[in-house]
Amino acid sequence: MIIDFQNFTPFESLLGGILLGISSAIFILVNGRILGISGILGGLLRLRKGDITWRIMFLLGMTSAPFVFRFLFPISWIVEPKIEANYLTIMIAGILVGFGTRYGSGCTSGHGVCGLSRLSLRSMVSTITFMLFGFISVYVVRHLFQGYS
Amino acid sequence: MKHRLIEFLVGLIFGIGLLLSGMSNPSKVLGFLDIFGLWDPSLLLVMGGAVFVGLFAFHVAKSRTKNLLGGPLQIPSSKQIDYPLIIGAIFFGIGWGLAGFCPGPAIISFAQGQEKAMAFVFSMIAGMIVFEIFNRRLQK
Repeated sequence: MIIDFQNFTPFESLLGGILLGISSAIFILVNGRILGISGILGGLLRLRKGDITWRIMFLLGMTSAPFVFRFLFPISWIVEPKIEANYLTIMIAGILVGFGTRYGSGCTSGHGVCGLSRLSLRSMVSTITFMLFGFISVYVVRHLFQGYS
Repeated sequence: MKHRLIEFLVGLIFGIGLLLSGMSNPSKVLGFLDIFGLWDPSLLLVMGGAVFVGLFAFHVAKSRTKNLLGGPLQIPSSKQIDYPLIIGAIFFGIGWGLAGFCPGPAIISFAQGQEKAMAFVFSMIAGMIVFEIFNRRLQK
């Protein structure tokens, strides 16, 4: 294992992580809900009466973040996403993530952040499993196939 | 009204957290998942920071029966380690490693106007719809 010190951002990542924790904390204590993105988005597709507005408000807040970010932090802190995968890979990945997170009842936020925080065994098993398969997936793409063709 | 404002603000803080942490960038997430190459441990600090705060919040939440607005506290009750949990996590992990996107960061990149992120989000919603159909069949 070789650590990539050039891209390592301990300060920003820890601070960002604390903000993820604070938002999850407010959501469970004030609104009484688990902050899990796949659940919030996926639940919207069921179109249940009285169960739509809160999801849309949350997603609106989230999608406003890139615009608000510009007013809070120096311009140089804005990270433009770099997406290496080609369209076919992106679409296969999207379907796997969409189906998998709903079938497995959560993603990095619901299981990873909230689940580990409430010491749920189910979430620990889920987090270990998706991280393990994330490592394998990247190993296959980057080291067995030497990148996306 | 109070609910609506809080839901919006929570989404906003969460989104800013993702941007600040660098996790909204798939190439950074892949740097963490590439343990056999040049490894960027940043994601561990993101999770560490988030869970550190979360531990206190859920400790308090568990001792309460109602949320601060007087409504129910919806903490999942299932304790079963079953096939859907594991198989779902396997599918999710493979997809996460293929693109470097999990649901939150994909939505943020979408909002930043990235075309590939839009393709990812639409495919992800398609995958979620497939789940809804599959789930309804199972329940019959």
